[in-house]
Amino acid sequence: MIQADLFNSLYVFILAAFIGFEVIRRVSPLLHTPLMSLTNALDAIAVVGAIILAGEHKSQLASVLGTIAIVAATSNAVGGFIITDRMLKMFKPSKAPKP
Amino acid sequence: MIPGTPLIEITYLVAAVLFILSLKWLSSPATARHGVWAGEIGMVLAVAGTLFYQGIVDYKWIAIALVLGAIIGVPLGNVQMTAVPQRTALSHAFGALCVTLVGTAEFYLRAPHVPPFMMSVLSLEVILGGLTVTGSLMAAGKLQEWLPQRPITYKGQNFVNLAMLAVAIGLAVYLVHDPSAMRLYPFMVGIALVFGVMLIIPIGGADMPTVISLLNSYAGLSAAAMGFVLNSKLLIVAGSLDGASGFILSVNMSKAMNRSFTNVLFGAFGQVQHVAAGAVEARPVRSATPEEAAAILSAANKVVIVPGYGMAVAQAQHKVRELYDTLTKRGVDVTFGIHPVAGRMPGHMNVLLAEADIPYDKLLDMDDVNGDLPQADVALVIGANDVTNPAARSDASSPIYGMPIIDVDKARTVMVIKRSMNPGFAGIDNPLYYLDNTLMLFGDAKAFVGSIVRELTGASGAHA
Repeated sequence: MIQADLFNSLYVFILAAFIGFEVIRRVSPLLHTPLMSLTNALDAIAVVGAIILAGEHKSQLASVLGTIAIVAATSNAVGGFIITDRMLKMFKPSKAPKP
Repeated sequence: MIPGTPLIEITYLVAAVLFILSLKWLSSPATARHGVWAGEIGMVLAVAGTLFYQGIVDYKWIAIALVLGAIIGVPLGNVQMTAVPQRTALSHAFGALCVTLVGTAEFYLRAPHVPPFMMSVLSLEVILGGLTVTGSLMAAGKLQEWLPQRPITYKGQNFVNLAMLAVAIGLAVYLVHDPSAMRLYPFMVGIALVFGVMLIIPIGGADMPTVISLLNSYAGLSAAAMGFVLNSKLLIVAGSLDGASGFILSVNMSKAMNRSFTNVLFGAFGQVQHVAAGAVEARPVRSATPEEAAAILSAANKVVIVPGYGMAVAQAQHKVRELYDTLTKRGVDVTFGIHPVAGRMPGHMNVLLAEADIPYDKLLDMDDVNGDLPQADVALVIGANDVTNPAARSDASSPIYGMPIIDVDKARTVMVIKRSMNPGFAGIDNPLYYLDNTLMLFGDAKAFVGSIVRELTGASGAHA
């Protein structure tokens, strides 16, 4: 069972890494800063692990660490999405030349 | 462990798809904002789904932590654009902190019964996570100038660093064999934390784009490792996307600095800085006043502006936009040439110029602008140094030999705005300044560009 989980996870990892490479290779250097802040925000999905730790209350330590982890990840998600959107809003194409 | 009911699993699956679409839409500025929305929806779905998990017995602390995180996150999302590099470094630290804390909690919940594979990925998770936490905090401190920007090096530095890493890995191997040796765990994490500090000590400002990308990659990989520990496919997907992104950016940055990727990976940063500049003899340079610069610019048909970190330091981007507007109105074709490592993080210059309302189709990357430069009448260098140094092409003894540069010297006239003749950050002399077609414009970037703009608008007013 553990073995099956492990191989499932490895498959997911390999496939996601390939998709990541192919998708991110196409991101223009123009947007590399927003790319970094966006992937950072997406990375904050680790919060789901922290929520379960904090909520299950299996031990005092796990709850405390989980709670701190939720704060760290949530601030990343909220801040990361806000700043990425602020940056992307600024990128505007040239206006059509006025006659 | 994240045991899912079908409902929770579906929210995770949809979130994973949205995350991939989110990055796909980022490929073009026209669709990029959809990408942010997709990411946000995915995140909210996955968090909401998780809250339905029946194993949760207490919501109080979860709610408090979510609200507190949002309260901290809002100001972090609203920092000034010039502070984006340090904000990014800080967010790498927060992401890695979350991963390290969760890994630590999982270890103490499971120990001493941790299967070998589980212990291996858990060790990977907390070692990568730990060094990213302190490394990113150090990087943020240097970028914010709370810590000295100058690289600090000492004899045997690489040996000390590698030895620390080896000890941490040794402890991890021991714990894989015998997870009941729980007292070793804090040492493993502790060494990773110290290692992160030691790794960034020798880094100077010019290496920051590479380092931030690398820390980004580590943060992603540690999150993917956490996905293995928790058996969460969503986390593996998000972590590997982040890891792949950081990896691609690191490779780009190391190519743009002509460093091999292994050189970067093994922390041999800051080497360029050690190579002292050769004897700098006082050679004659030609300098010009704002009036002269304005006259040359107004006679040009095609102008390429090459910005660097100096533009960001002087906060000159808005004055540069005024210059762009003035010249464009006179029918001059103005574009910008952006070197991949200009600034302190990948894409730094693009964000500053976009903030100043310069259309993104005028921001060209190095290869495109190098094709244009031989036809350019004027190349105006603002606060950039090493990325325009022709010694990188011709002088095999130069420390930056082989690094791809923006060929500003191919333009008919080169104008360089610079505070003084002091060599730049890397301490390397730049032969560009002594060329016959180079004019040095001495002064603060913001003030000097402002005076040029005044000259140009004043002159046109006089004719009207």
